Amino acid sequence: MIEFIKGTFIIGGALLMLLASLGILRLPDLLTRMHATTKAAALGVILIMLAVAMHFAEVGVAARAFAIIVFILMTAPVAAHVIGRAGYFVGSKLWSGTVKDELRPNYDPLTHKLKSGHETEANARREPKESDPS
Amino acid sequence: METVILISQVLMSLALILCFVRVVRGPSLPDRVVALELFASIIVGLVGVYAIQSDVSSFIDAAIVIALMGFLAAIGFARFLERGGPRDD
Repeated sequence: MIEFIKGTFIIGGALLMLLASLGILRLPDLLTRMHATTKAAALGVILIMLAVAMHFAEVGVAARAFAIIVFILMTAPVAAHVIGRAGYFVGSKLWSGTVKDELRPNYDPLTHKLKSGHETEANARREPKESDPS
Repeated sequence: METVILISQVLMSLALILCFVRVVRGPSLPDRVVALELFASIIVGLVGVYAIQSDVSSFIDAAIVIALMGFLAAIGFARFLERGGPRDD
């Protein structure tokens, strides 16, 4: 029984990794490629590490396998966020079928400044209150 | 079990080849960074499967180190890209 579950996890993880690399090969721009790779590859590594923990069935190995799982779960979103941000900043082109880019009108690529739409003279003036620390 | 491990190794090697095509062809540097991060993830999976195949549990430590290096490389490349400013490649 445990052999069957192990084999299912290994094949599932390998298929998810193949799916991730198919996505990175076929999808049209940077953000859609990241959408394919980050989630599928993280789930593939998690399934294979579960299979490793079930195969050895020792406390030390299982702890290390779960350490890898927690590490992947924590670092994959951070890395995807940082790369997506850098890709937008260096001006990588979006797919021609992109419906909406809400950051485009509010972001100045030369000065790295963001606009919120509320920049008026009255908002920019400093009005000290009584409760402010001097 | 040997057949399952062989099939999964073939699938992951195919995934490495497809990912390498994107590393070579990738039109811009962020695409290549994403592909290299996927490379690190697939190699972590290959090392895990090899640990099952050879019944040596010490390979898990190597998998931890590879995952850590992939994450740090992605962060470093992203910092490098942001400092570089707008570019047109």
